[in-house]
Amino acid sequence: MSEERILLDHGSGGLASHRLVSEVFLRHMGNEFLNGLDDAACVATGPLTAVSTDTFTVDPLFFPGGDIGSLAVHGTVNDVAMLGARPRYLTCGFIIEEGFALGDLERIVASMARAAKEAGVHVVAGDTKVVTRGAADKLFINTTGLGELLLDAPLSGSGAEEGDAVLVSGNLGDHGLAVFAAREGLSFRTPVQSDSACLNHMVADLLRNVPQVRVLRDPTRGGLATTLNEIAGQSGRDILLREADLPIDPEVRESCSFLGLDPLYLANEGKLICVVPSSRAEEALGILKRHEVGGNAASIGEVGDSSRGRVILETGIGGRRMLQMLEGEQLPRIC
Amino acid sequence: MLQNMTEKNNKAADLRELRDPDFCRGLARKLQEMLDRDVRFMEVCGTHTMSIFGSGLRSLMPRGLHHVSGPGCPVCVTHGSDIAAFLELAQTPGVMLASFGDMLRVPGPRGKSLKTAQAEGASVRICYSPFEAVQLAESNPDREVVFLGVGFETTAPAVAATMEMAHGKSLANFSLYSCHKLIPPALEALAGKPGIRVDGFLLPGHVSSIIGTEPYRFLARDYGIPAVVGGFEPGDILQALLLLVRRIKSAEPGVDNEYSRAVKPEGNPRAQEVMHRVFEPRDALWRGLGTIPSSGLGLREEYAALDAERRFSLSRTGGEDPPGCRCGEVLQGAISPGECPLFGRTCTPSSPVGPCMVSSEGSCAASYHYDVDAL
Repeated sequence: MSEERILLDHGSGGLASHRLVSEVFLRHMGNEFLNGLDDAACVATGPLTAVSTDTFTVDPLFFPGGDIGSLAVHGTVNDVAMLGARPRYLTCGFIIEEGFALGDLERIVASMARAAKEAGVHVVAGDTKVVTRGAADKLFINTTGLGELLLDAPLSGSGAEEGDAVLVSGNLGDHGLAVFAAREGLSFRTPVQSDSACLNHMVADLLRNVPQVRVLRDPTRGGLATTLNEIAGQSGRDILLREADLPIDPEVRESCSFLGLDPLYLANEGKLICVVPSSRAEEALGILKRHEVGGNAASIGEVGDSSRGRVILETGIGGRRMLQMLEGEQLPRIC
Repeated sequence: MLQNMTEKNNKAADLRELRDPDFCRGLARKLQEMLDRDVRFMEVCGTHTMSIFGSGLRSLMPRGLHHVSGPGCPVCVTHGSDIAAFLELAQTPGVMLASFGDMLRVPGPRGKSLKTAQAEGASVRICYSPFEAVQLAESNPDREVVFLGVGFETTAPAVAATMEMAHGKSLANFSLYSCHKLIPPALEALAGKPGIRVDGFLLPGHVSSIIGTEPYRFLARDYGIPAVVGGFEPGDILQALLLLVRRIKSAEPGVDNEYSRAVKPEGNPRAQEVMHRVFEPRDALWRGLGTIPSSGLGLREEYAALDAERRFSLSRTGGEDPPGCRCGEVLQGAISPGECPLFGRTCTPSSPVGPCMVSSEGSCAASYHYDVDAL
């Protein structure tokens, strides 16, 4: 394409729009559903369909370990998978600020296409809008995912039961810290990479072998602490966590300590929490660990008998304290 | 035996041991054995507050040992009239405020905060170091960048060095609003309060690494209150408490240093020098404690051109605490956070009424977040 920047023309529905669709979107994401360029696509899933939608805004758009494009695929694919489903189809909507560099858009679309291919999902519908400069911050992407349920009934946070084990599929806080460091241009160079990745293949393997899994959730915004509080609240059970067993990269731990951030509240984009009957916990952990995205999986706690819906942390030195839900955004403290 | 333990810790600086559950439980047992009456100790450092709650140490404290948080959170002790001035600055056309992050949510008059001002269009940037504020001024020549200097002796030297740099560069669009405060005068104000219920002070490790241990001698000498400088690992704090309880039991008040791997008796002379070159002591208004003589740091005359208070005419009105808020009493250790009727009800970290619920280092926020039995 000759233009270097996105113009309002690209959203006009006319010739420029068509060229953008064919030369950027179809070139990277084209398939039997999209190529027809009809008003809608026709798809089929199983008897029960899991649906999830999410809109992605991230600053910066490109960060160590990913970009808004891969994130928009992973985020929605993972949400669908957490219901106990196999993600099959995605739709995507782009809101682009006038003046956005076309080269960047192309990189992002290519990255989405790669992520979708890796996840084994088809992009079946899409939309592009261009808004005047200042009306949006560079680029927003919405994705909606459809998947077929692999179980008889969808998984829910309310499924946790007394005595269940709580597993997590790997190191916590990497995505949140990687994006934070990239956005703030922090003077220390943290080699931390976002963990953004699709989890659906690992989930399918897990559910095939351990269909007794009670809860799957991905601890994205608000981090592990917030998602566990949601599970505790939904199930009405206390969750007891062992701090010493939480997998956290030493680099992330040190950087967070310096910045006054808590890795348990930082977003993850390639991790899941699994609540499973304790009799099947070891097997489930083994399955998580055999996948690259679950290599550092760990058993981190258990569901307690109290019905107060709290998350209680047993600290490294053997004390006990609450782990509350995140309130507002984390603000670094005065050092 | 205690002496050996402290020496060993300082020589090996073995942080793993200071976090080791068995080591810490052993120290807690020793503390329990030594205690023969109720003891209330106060820490005056947000990092100690965080460590005591966050590590779960509070739940391991022997019965009879009571922990009270004092005025050790810089955000919490910043007076309402200063918050009002920040908000006034934020609304001044052309001004860009540069602040440490946890100042943003502190409510000022009518519940407004820098965060709400930001949502209404004010330009407020979060900085991690004062040097970043100078960079902001350089890259925004059409804006007046004002750095909100909040913090104790730990922060003041870096701010002072920044002011020297800005002065050297003759930056015309940069200034400092100094709310810097000093810990020893606040301790003196607390120690001299009639009816104070503190048997010993756990002194702040970071502040002490700058000022040393000498400035605290008056606590034992004039007020008969023992004090100990402590590090931040759970084992550090327990060892410091052992030293404190020993002093209390033997009725020999003195100032000990558990954190000698970081704190020298004379402190850090270079940091003190830059602080004294740029700042001079002045009376300061503390939330909860009122005006304390020579407890704040103002810019010296040579730096008048970089002084936001002189550059902008600020009214500094509206310094009263919000109705019902008892942060003042919490900061003096007179009540625990849970004793404030607003705690956890109308005052939560997401909609704080007072500053002690705002900063992650505030004792109300720490209690809300961590205390299993607080709510």
